[in-house]
Amino acid sequence: MKDFVQFVFNGLSLGSIYALLALGFVVIFKATEVVNFAHGSILALGAYAISRLSFNSHVEFYLAVLLGVAIAGLLAFIIERGLVRTMAGRSVIAVSIMTIGVDLIVRTETTRRIGVDVLTLGDPWRDGIVHVAGLTVPTARVWAIATALVILAAFFAWFKFSSFGVAMRASAEDSETASLMGIRMGRISAVAWVLAGALAAVAGVFLTAFPSAGLDASTGDVALRAFPAAILGGLDSTGGAVVGGLMIGVAEVLTAGYQSNLTFLGRGFDQVMPYVVMVAVLLVRPTGLFGTREATRV
Amino acid sequence: MSEVAVSSLESAAGTAVAGGRSGRLSLVARVGMVVLVALVPLALGTIDTEGQDFWLQAGVFAFAAMIAALGLTLLVGGAGQLSLAHSFFVAIGAYAYTYLASATRGTGTTIASSIQGGFGLPTPVAMVGAVLIAGLAGLLFSPISSRLRGIYLGVASLGLVFVGLHIAFNAQKVSGGFNGRDVPDFNLLGFAFDSSPLSVLGVNFTRNSKLWYLGLASVVLAYVYYVNVLEGRPGRALRCLRDSEVAASVLGVNVVRYKAYAFTLSSMYAGLGGVILALAYHHIVPDTFGLGLTVSFLAMIVIGGLGSPGGALVGALFVTALPLLLAKYSDSLPFLAPTGSGGVTAAVAAQFIYGAAVILLLVFEPGGVAALARRVPRLASRLRRPPHPSTQKEAA
Repeated sequence: MKDFVQFVFNGLSLGSIYALLALGFVVIFKATEVVNFAHGSILALGAYAISRLSFNSHVEFYLAVLLGVAIAGLLAFIIERGLVRTMAGRSVIAVSIMTIGVDLIVRTETTRRIGVDVLTLGDPWRDGIVHVAGLTVPTARVWAIATALVILAAFFAWFKFSSFGVAMRASAEDSETASLMGIRMGRISAVAWVLAGALAAVAGVFLTAFPSAGLDASTGDVALRAFPAAILGGLDSTGGAVVGGLMIGVAEVLTAGYQSNLTFLGRGFDQVMPYVVMVAVLLVRPTGLFGTREATRV
Repeated sequence: MSEVAVSSLESAAGTAVAGGRSGRLSLVARVGMVVLVALVPLALGTIDTEGQDFWLQAGVFAFAAMIAALGLTLLVGGAGQLSLAHSFFVAIGAYAYTYLASATRGTGTTIASSIQGGFGLPTPVAMVGAVLIAGLAGLLFSPISSRLRGIYLGVASLGLVFVGLHIAFNAQKVSGGFNGRDVPDFNLLGFAFDSSPLSVLGVNFTRNSKLWYLGLASVVLAYVYYVNVLEGRPGRALRCLRDSEVAASVLGVNVVRYKAYAFTLSSMYAGLGGVILALAYHHIVPDTFGLGLTVSFLAMIVIGGLGSPGGALVGALFVTALPLLLAKYSDSLPFLAPTGSGGVTAAVAAQFIYGAAVILLLVFEPGGVAALARRVPRLASRLRRPPHPSTQKEAA
């Protein structure tokens, strides 16, 4: 039982990181109906920048994080302005496939730079551990939960109350009417991309901090596990992204924790678990838990 | 994910299929091309006995990719179903062939190969079996594929790749696990496609030159079948499905059944491609069939032009041959660093180039190479006579 509580807590801390990534997918999807396959490489680039600045150039860690987040946001901005914008009015699937091309290039470059090394982030938490109510939790993961909570709360407040948030929701609801009402779609889409890029970099920090070994060539692949999170919550539901993220996190950690009881599934099944959960949910609800159901009008 | 968004999976894909006739090479030209490709091993063998195997092997890899790419372009371009699971179905073909054709008990000398099982079937039977098993896997996916649409389908199918890798790493009896396993040589009615010496017209035939013909024959078969399917009744149904599921169902197309049909057929193509790929590698490991392979198949059909069979062939050739060519000539290409130096190596450069090709083509010419090819005669005719308003509109 103690194990179980510990696993669930670890799962929630990992899930809060996934939630940040999933929220990025959802925000971009709501604004542009595009699925951003380059999310993983944006994450990796942000984390790489932070590591180089903080660990190699001895920039203050928090400043390095800000710079890394800015770089990731800038990359997302460039992708949006340079490529997504030029493809306006085209099939969203074509645009999504285009982001796979972007991912290929950015990922190849970060992988080449990282090489076979495992880069350290130079974070102040190191391998610190906190004991809370009988649970053992890495300090970095405590920070992850706290940061995610703050960011998510700020995001939902902003999304609900600011005029920009209203504009964004309006454009997601009906982009044509929204633009007729004078909402600047271009700005909405740019902000969405920058926000998603920044969120990815923040997630990157916590994915490379302890208990992870560090930043290696495959760190960007983690974003692929946040995909199921976004999908199972419903691609157009911000709340769904958070729920999906937490579910995936808990499912993954529980599978890893009880691995010895699940040997018939083979080793490393926790890596596949997110997809299994996603498919199971999609079979029942084809647009995710909280996604808008499609109504077909003839 | 509106109806419109899914339906307009690039209007250019529509033109690629519908208007393909005008841009397509004549039958004579196509047969001529096949004959020319068939003569390559003979020509290479006479010109360059030492270096011929590099080209032959590149060719066999390209043939394998072409078959699988045809299957994907049928699914994505023809039926409008985004699938990121293609490498999974290719893996099924590759492993199914290997498992069906291998001896019942491992004959290898190592411990690893002694635990690997097999059915010991004749290789042509194993090949057909592998294609059927891959098709069955595609059919089994239909409860998911019929429920989901557009991007949801794409990401759900992505899950298959990871599940497939997981199985390949763990089902050691079938796959050999992390270290992979050897692929039995193909043997057709006593003629072995192996490395036993063979001389044709004074040219020494290697294993790869024999596989060249197996690959070429498979490509021709796959291409002809593709064209026939797309020009017949099922093809019209699939295109209708792509343009609008609602319209298709109103017209009496059984949407669920045709989606399942498209997935099954596409996976059978992937399976055949997988068999040839396995033969080309001669030893398969799970890592081959990861996300990278799926992405490169997608790159092939986007570069070639969604839904265009000729485009899929060109795209497959480009994506397969590019890294091999860059690697071969990396010494003489000044911008390339030697392998392992951490600089821009041939493999890295190839990724950059085809990533950029995907982006540029999607942004500027969504019809891919197929549309570019159609432009050439149009440009030529425009040079001859003053531009006509209608042609300009078409070009836009």
